[in-house]
Amino acid sequence: MRQKDPGLQVKYEMLFSRTLVITALLILILVIGLFLTLLLESLPSIQHLGFGFLFGKTWDPVSNVYGAYPFLVGTLLTSFLALIISIPFSMAIAIFLGEYQPTGALSAFLKNIIELIAAVPSVIYGFWGLIVLVPLVRSLESKIGVVPYGIGIFTASIILAIMIIPYAASLGREMISMVPAQLKEGAYSLGATRYEVIKAVIIPYTKSGLFAGILLSLGRALGETMAVTMVIGNSSIIPTNIFAPGNTMASVIANEFTEADRSLYLSALIELGMLLFLVTVVINVIGKRIIKGFNT
Amino acid sequence: MKSNINYRINKSLFIKGFIIFLAFLITLPLVSIIYYVAKEGFATINWNFFISVPKPVGEVGGGIANALVGSLILVVVASIIAIPVGIMCGIYLSENGENKLSYYTRLAVDILQGVPSIVVGIVIYFWVVKPTGSFSGLSGSIALSIMMLPIVIRSTEETLKLIPSTLKEAGLALGLPYYKVMIKVILPVGMSGILSGVMLSIARVAGETAPLLFTAFGNPYLNTNIAKPMQSLPLLIFNYATSPYDEWHNLAWGASLILLICILLLNLFTKLLTRRWKVQF
Amino acid sequence: MESPILNSQNFNAYFGNNHVVKNVSMEIPRNNVVAVMGPSGCGKTTFLRCINRMHELIAGATTSGIIELNEENVYDMHAIYVRQKIGMVFQRPNPFPNLSIYDNTIAGYKLNGIKLSKSEKDGIVESSLKKAALWKEVKDSLHKKGTFLSGGQQQRLCIARAIAMQPEILLLDEPTSALDPISTASIEELLHELKKNFTLVIVTHNMQQAARVSDKTAFFYMGELVEYDDTKQMFTNPTDTRTQNYITGRFS
Repeated sequence: MRQKDPGLQVKYEMLFSRTLVITALLILILVIGLFLTLLLESLPSIQHLGFGFLFGKTWDPVSNVYGAYPFLVGTLLTSFLALIISIPFSMAIAIFLGEYQPTGALSAFLKNIIELIAAVPSVIYGFWGLIVLVPLVRSLESKIGVVPYGIGIFTASIILAIMIIPYAASLGREMISMVPAQLKEGAYSLGATRYEVIKAVIIPYTKSGLFAGILLSLGRALGETMAVTMVIGNSSIIPTNIFAPGNTMASVIANEFTEADRSLYLSALIELGMLLFLVTVVINVIGKRIIKGFNT
Repeated sequence: MKSNINYRINKSLFIKGFIIFLAFLITLPLVSIIYYVAKEGFATINWNFFISVPKPVGEVGGGIANALVGSLILVVVASIIAIPVGIMCGIYLSENGENKLSYYTRLAVDILQGVPSIVVGIVIYFWVVKPTGSFSGLSGSIALSIMMLPIVIRSTEETLKLIPSTLKEAGLALGLPYYKVMIKVILPVGMSGILSGVMLSIARVAGETAPLLFTAFGNPYLNTNIAKPMQSLPLLIFNYATSPYDEWHNLAWGASLILLICILLLNLFTKLLTRRWKVQF
Repeated sequence: MESPILNSQNFNAYFGNNHVVKNVSMEIPRNNVVAVMGPSGCGKTTFLRCINRMHELIAGATTSGIIELNEENVYDMHAIYVRQKIGMVFQRPNPFPNLSIYDNTIAGYKLNGIKLSKSEKDGIVESSLKKAALWKEVKDSLHKKGTFLSGGQQQRLCIARAIAMQPEILLLDEPTSALDPISTASIEELLHELKKNFTLVIVTHNMQQAARVSDKTAFFYMGELVEYDDTKQMFTNPTDTRTQNYITGRFS
């Protein structure tokens, strides 16, 4: 009663192993396919516009002129501004959860808050930004005497900052909690205060990991689309200050992709997508490498 | 000397206070978001809200039935695609520590995890929408499934790697073929970890908008045919939130509330489930 | 004389280029307890894992030579069939954590999709647990998870799981090394009982254990089978000086 047909078993076994290999290959092909499709579809733009695409200051689809410079500036401005705003908060959270209070009710509360911040959909951030944040920024702008648009780079950066805090914070927490106790005890035994231990032991020990966390959150910021699209003002003119409306690479794609009626127009948008893809690939691969190096 | 020590101690305390203050400031925007979504959302929601489709501008009322149904279909179809592939790939990676394929596949998963969702939307537009000649729910689901894959793969791989190899050996030594050991021993033991990855990936894509802009596209009418354009909650929120009409804003708030509740429930459920199903070795 | 149940001829095992079992030839008679002992790294566990073809599961592991079960080379049979005929118990108890005691006992059938009637199952569970001397302790909690048992009970559950498949040979890889002395004693006692129905091969690094439980003992050193004889003979009058040194504790 206990013999099963071994021939059939062997067949299933082969089938199973092959399916595993095929799915792994599939993921690989998927990513290569993503890139090749982007490359192929942006070829017209690459051929017609060349490197000038990146430095062209005018984006005017009506006259068939495509310069990506305003979007590069918009993307870099919003992302780095968001990064600068987010770092004090994400590092504070990382230090609190990793060092001051790794366990306990207060840290459980904060961990849940961080998880919720990460869970709220981008489009709800955008909506909230539009209704709540924009009027606040507008009144700030009229106080300091710039044109009170409300929408613009600055508003987008604030929302982005909130959205990326969880990434850098949770990675940073992990890194800080891995600092060996002997190192800290060594410093304490010499009479160091908590702050001095953080400054002289924990931060130097974890700096590559903290950097990786910040890098990965930058990757998120660069590619984030919806929330930014909803509050950045969608202007294709190069922003002159951080309160001006603008456009990021992702937001211009979101806004104009389905209305791109000429093939060069569409291709230029896809080239933006490909650039975005390549930049995030580089950032993610470097970030993950640093973390892996830290763990081993 | 004494005053120097006091100074250092006070400085340390002051900085601790400052760091705690900064850390907890993050609750402010979250509370504000939840407050607005709840306040405006509950004011909109009634039974009609769930069972009717949006009305044209100017008419009061209307609901989000099309988006609810659409979101459900989009997410279910995406799960059907992503979960088996993701789990199989996760098994492959957990079983093959370092060979060429596993190295490059892991790299691919890392890349996939960081790909901006809008880029996935573009590519699926060319892979599915253009060849079939129509925006469709199916294309939206495929785009979402690509967003789910890295999360499912990673959680499967990480979970299975933690299962002691002695269990696998126990199964093999009983004369079980390898595939049965994996399916009937290793997967059930790792089920809580894998499920939590699956649930998180669902929670994640349920709120995605960008990959749907050029795929599912949106649809003001109730549609259950995945070959046709399909509405989803995030798409509806995006379209109506950016419109200038108050009635549409109200619909968007109501939809936001429903979406937020669904995602929070998914997260909560994941936590409970992980605790409940955790297998002790 | 009756032919041996297991017969290894010029058997070699490798990890990559590392030759870990060297030219081992030994016969194992039916219904005996054979102890395989030697210092750690001597290849005893690898040899054991070659018998039921677990060795080859490790990447880069290869073998050469013959191991015959009832005069048929196990390397010519399908590995799955071999493992059903030759059961194994591991160093650390490894019951399936998601299965109950009952299901753990019949795991070999259940997981392999072999249909059994309720009464067949009950019968196998009871007789296997009885043979593993666990029945009395668990008969009222059969549907609890196997991982709630103590270490020694878990190991006996693993023995029950292995003998439920009615194997001809039971391989035990240092089955008591993770257990306390009392559990160890109960397992050793059990081995005497099991010998009536099965042939046992037990790997141990503990000489006293080898002396206590086995009929024949094999001594492995640096991958070679140095000496293989009746246990009494081996411990009172070993022929090889290396065996002598090991037994008298001159190296470990």
